[in-house]
Amino acid sequence: MNALKVKIWRGTESGKFQDYEVPRQESQTVLDVVTYVQRRLDPSLAYRFACRVGVCGSCAMTVNGVSRWTCRTHVSKVAGDSALEIAPLRNLPVVRDLVTDMAEFFDKWAKARGRFTGNKTRKDDFARVEPASKQRRAVDAAIECIGCGVCYSSCEVVTWKPDYLGPAALSRAWTLVNDVRDVAQKERLAAVAGDAGCHACHTQMNCTERCPKHISPTAGIAGLKRAVLAATLKGEL
Amino acid sequence: MALTLFLPLHFWALGNALHGEAKLENFLRWSDQPLVKFGETVLVLLLAAHMAGGVRLLMLEFMTWRNISDQHKTLLAAAAGVSVAVGLAFLLNLV
Amino acid sequence: MNTRSQVLLWGAQRASAMVLALCVIVHFITIIYAVRNGLSAVEILGRTRGSIAWGGFYFLFVAAVAVHAPIGIRNICVEMGWRSRGVDVLMFVLALTLAMWGLRAVWAVVL
Repeated sequence: MNALKVKIWRGTESGKFQDYEVPRQESQTVLDVVTYVQRRLDPSLAYRFACRVGVCGSCAMTVNGVSRWTCRTHVSKVAGDSALEIAPLRNLPVVRDLVTDMAEFFDKWAKARGRFTGNKTRKDDFARVEPASKQRRAVDAAIECIGCGVCYSSCEVVTWKPDYLGPAALSRAWTLVNDVRDVAQKERLAAVAGDAGCHACHTQMNCTERCPKHISPTAGIAGLKRAVLAATLKGEL
Repeated sequence: MALTLFLPLHFWALGNALHGEAKLENFLRWSDQPLVKFGETVLVLLLAAHMAGGVRLLMLEFMTWRNISDQHKTLLAAAAGVSVAVGLAFLLNLV
Repeated sequence: MNTRSQVLLWGAQRASAMVLALCVIVHFITIIYAVRNGLSAVEILGRTRGSIAWGGFYFLFVAAVAVHAPIGIRNICVEMGWRSRGVDVLMFVLALTLAMWGLRAVWAVVL
């Protein structure tokens, strides 16, 4: 089998691509390639992974310009005869090589009020949430997010507007806006409205296109826009 | 931006009809030049594209009864197609 | 500008967009029909002079444009970094200018 030519980003924000040659295998993922390089060719390469079976989201990187989970990306699908180019996720500070600092990603989650606030205690009865209700179905469509950062890395608005809360944080806020048990809705809508919030979304839909869990942050953000307008017209905002 | 810059000129030209039909006619004859017609075609294309994109946005933001975000690529292609069609219709009727 | 105003501006943008979508479709059909065999003042004014329908239509058109375009320009300015009070002033000035000149044009061709 011929060798696969790979370019991997080394360094921090300033750095460069380094060339490696990796033997091709029949069923090979991009994560396999990165692992081979680190174990056999260059132990100084830094990268993240955990489950390697497509459930944790840790191995997200930019492959030939596209943000994806490397453990779920077959080399045969992305490389063909040409080289493979592997870089860290976009829009995040680079710690080293393929590892990014995810702090701001999760900070924005908090800024969008992506946490649940309830008012019941253990002494109260269970909350009743109707699974077939419109609101619960809206939650279901977006709840499987595992915070991998692929959408955030794919969003052009995040690139040119560093304040923008981003698709993941807003999508999470949307699941809570539709959570009938949550009591902090006014604060949440105030947190997601405005220049750095849902109104900055240009509906380019890179997030929806790239999400490995098939969530549509664009749909959630559109929902937030409607919810914010409704609250404003009712005088609640 | 081009559309907004064009508008005052458009309104001014039409407002000239206030000063009599002849003035408007003069302006129209002036605007018969190919360069102006080309400019007009570009503006028509721009407006059609802007509107097609806008209608796509309105659909994605407000049509909640169908899950159209799944068909976003189709919508985008439709918007592009419609704008080109309108621009062509204008151009073909001009010549 | 506070959040409430920002949201109302967004709402006005979308609402005026819906009105404009209809107006522009009518306008395109009219124009494409009108430019066949050349455009002439006689033809245009023949259609619009004294017509309440056209007068009403263009009045609505101008109103929607005077709302939609200035908010759009304001958005572009804010995204390019200009966020002071000046950008709001520009928006109002644009809105007034478009409304005035537009209404003058409607007056000119209808009456």
